[in-house]
Amino acid sequence: MRPAFDEMLDTSGAVREHYGGYDRWLKEQPPQVMQTRRDEAEVIFRRVGITFAVYGAKDDGGANGGTERLIPFDLIPRVIPAHEWREIERGLRQRVTALNRFVHDVYHGQEILKAGVVPADQVLGNAQYRAEMQGVAVAGDIYSHIAGIDIVRAANPDGSGSYYVLEDNLRVPSGVSYMLENRKMMMRLFPELFGRHRVAPVAHYPDLLLETLRSVAPAAVNDPTVVVLTPGMYNSAYFEHAFLAQQMGIELVEGQDLYVRDNFVYMRTTQGPKRVDVIYRRVDDDFLDPRAFRADSTLGCAGLLAAYRAGNVTLANAIGTGVADDKSIYPYVPKMIDFYLGEKPILNNVPTYVCRDPDDLGHVLEHLGELVVKEVHGAGGYGMLVGPAATADEIERFRGALKADPSRYIAQPTLALSTCPTFVESGIAPRHIDLRPFVLSGKTVQMVPGGLTRVALKEGSLVVNSSQGGGTKDTWILEA
Amino acid sequence: MLSRTADHLFWMARYMERAENTARMLDVNYQMSLLPQSEEAAERGWRGLLSINEISGDFARRYREVSPRTVIEYMVNDAANGSSIRSCLMAARENARAVRGTLTTEVWETQNQTWLEFQRLIGDGAFQKSPGEAFEWVKFRSHLSRGVTVGTMLQDEAFHFLRIGSFLERADNTARLLDVKFHSVPHDLFGNGAGPIGARIRNGIAAVTGGDGLQSQSQSQESGNKDVEFDFYHWSAVLRSVSGFEVYRKVYRNVIRPERVAELLILRPDMPRSLAACMHEVVSNLHRVANEQSKDTLRLAGRLCADLQYGRIDEILATGLHAYLTQFLERVNALGTGISRDFLVPVSP
Repeated sequence: MRPAFDEMLDTSGAVREHYGGYDRWLKEQPPQVMQTRRDEAEVIFRRVGITFAVYGAKDDGGANGGTERLIPFDLIPRVIPAHEWREIERGLRQRVTALNRFVHDVYHGQEILKAGVVPADQVLGNAQYRAEMQGVAVAGDIYSHIAGIDIVRAANPDGSGSYYVLEDNLRVPSGVSYMLENRKMMMRLFPELFGRHRVAPVAHYPDLLLETLRSVAPAAVNDPTVVVLTPGMYNSAYFEHAFLAQQMGIELVEGQDLYVRDNFVYMRTTQGPKRVDVIYRRVDDDFLDPRAFRADSTLGCAGLLAAYRAGNVTLANAIGTGVADDKSIYPYVPKMIDFYLGEKPILNNVPTYVCRDPDDLGHVLEHLGELVVKEVHGAGGYGMLVGPAATADEIERFRGALKADPSRYIAQPTLALSTCPTFVESGIAPRHIDLRPFVLSGKTVQMVPGGLTRVALKEGSLVVNSSQGGGTKDTWILEA
Repeated sequence: MLSRTADHLFWMARYMERAENTARMLDVNYQMSLLPQSEEAAERGWRGLLSINEISGDFARRYREVSPRTVIEYMVNDAANGSSIRSCLMAARENARAVRGTLTTEVWETQNQTWLEFQRLIGDGAFQKSPGEAFEWVKFRSHLSRGVTVGTMLQDEAFHFLRIGSFLERADNTARLLDVKFHSVPHDLFGNGAGPIGARIRNGIAAVTGGDGLQSQSQSQESGNKDVEFDFYHWSAVLRSVSGFEVYRKVYRNVIRPERVAELLILRPDMPRSLAACMHEVVSNLHRVANEQSKDTLRLAGRLCADLQYGRIDEILATGLHAYLTQFLERVNALGTGISRDFLVPVSP
């Protein structure tokens, strides 16, 4: 494994140009400044209530920190030069466009399957494939209105770095509220830094999101009523749901607030029923409609699927997008870009071994100690083996699991995610990071510059997920 | 606005108001306990506090003795006591969190901050170490919560449901306070099972003509100085618990008499914690959110308000204060049920 790409320092240890300003500022600061600012940030985050819930922990009502935790926020920004971002942005636009085309194709003509570019059984037999969506027309043919694309940077042999897409999140990607709050926090803690740098703003994201949601309302509606559907305040991302609803000035509804009559969706208000036209839902497919999916779900609304299929309400994201962001489908995305757009992919995929392929499986079993093995349906950093960091026992356990059910897994070379200087207990030290930009697709494809940078706070760790001790950083797209 | 949202707002405001009133009553009892008084009188004060909230039974099952320490523990920090300050502040904060997007940032942060600071105060043992200061803190957090609501929220439905919650709860709390405080003095104005003292007072009151004030009774002449002293401290404490001591002086410019205390806290429309003032706020906010099915509830509220507006204290005392307040609490309760049915938890179509 090559040494990781350092975002701030080049291989000779010199500060990269786009970090020059920050480096100079940092050197001017008295040593205790960072600690003071960090304490200040923690107090503010608590007061604002920017928390997330941890699953499986016993709730004591938040009395002692309880299950309401803060996502650790790191004070040192992750800086990306504007010319790099422009390339990433082009790549994201291309990729998300192709992915939306793919989902539409899967639920209509299935040309890509007929052409044999993506194996049909891989798609149609996928747990995320929703037969209910077959032939259903959705507004603007858009399925993933909000996509979170996880990007990492790894070192090349010559010491330069290349961006790779690690994962597409096309169902209910979260984290955008942290992107916004982190920026607010940085501007509050270090106003002087923003005076010295030309940092591209991100605060207009809710505006773009609302514009996107309104643009995909059912055709007959002039002035659509848009709502955010949340599983409720005990959901891990509740803060974000409430935050976005507030920022957009729209209702935050729970399943119990909605009902369907004559295939139209209404919400119960103090002034009687009100029609709902667009639902930005933060509830998984399975829980959306107890009549259509999981009957025990109390988070959804009975009859929602029927209303949706009738074209009387738009769901964002659409039902069934999971068929395109499954890890078993991921290896085919570059081919999709070629198939639908006739273009070469701008953003690289990480080379991936598909374990259902006997040749690939053989290779994976021989190199378990060097590879990252992922469950195709896993998320949140669970159900994965990081070979170089694993014990012999763990490797043997995965070997058994792989042999028993190879199609459940893919494997990738262990990419040393790039590192960024991070303020930790021992001072400022490099930690691994990734980047999740949020891509909005409605009438047009839009995004704010940057995204959410997640950082693995444990030394050497490559797992950036907040449920596993990851933190976040502000992300600066910097004009020279 | 969503019915569920209105429901959360209504209860957020109610719980905050309840926390404040609990703190007020605890504070008054605590201040009283610093005065020289018989143990019996002191204990009566603490017991009265429990009976206001109808939780004497629960308290007796869980604590062995009635003492300032146990009652404060129970009423401040006992999570199993739904009326404790802890339970109220937590419920207010949880309701706020459920609708934080509907609140302004300032309103939400105030609620959240109150809950966080409360836990810190509990951790420091502040309510046992310096109860007066800690109760004052609760009061001021409630003032802040109301003030930040008025100062930052758009005056839409959300605002009106918050206001309805605050004032309905306050009306309820003031009525309970009066009921218990008049019950706990030897010569009461209750009227039910009236002994010679009650009858005498009633006769005295009946002789008083209405108008802008009541004539001072001649009772103090019959009673010993001890009683006069007790009366003063008892009624001034009741007044202080509703921030009404200075108001009383301003309004009556006279010695403190129970029937005037009753008049001030029941009928004075300009006394912010009186039943009349609270019901007036409830009615005016209710009118702003009226919908197709809320006619009956509005009528209920309007009638209750009118009764207070045109009521006279001598008539009220003639029927008996306890009977009057009991009926008032029943009507407030019915009003709460009506609001809930018409706005907050509408029946499914």
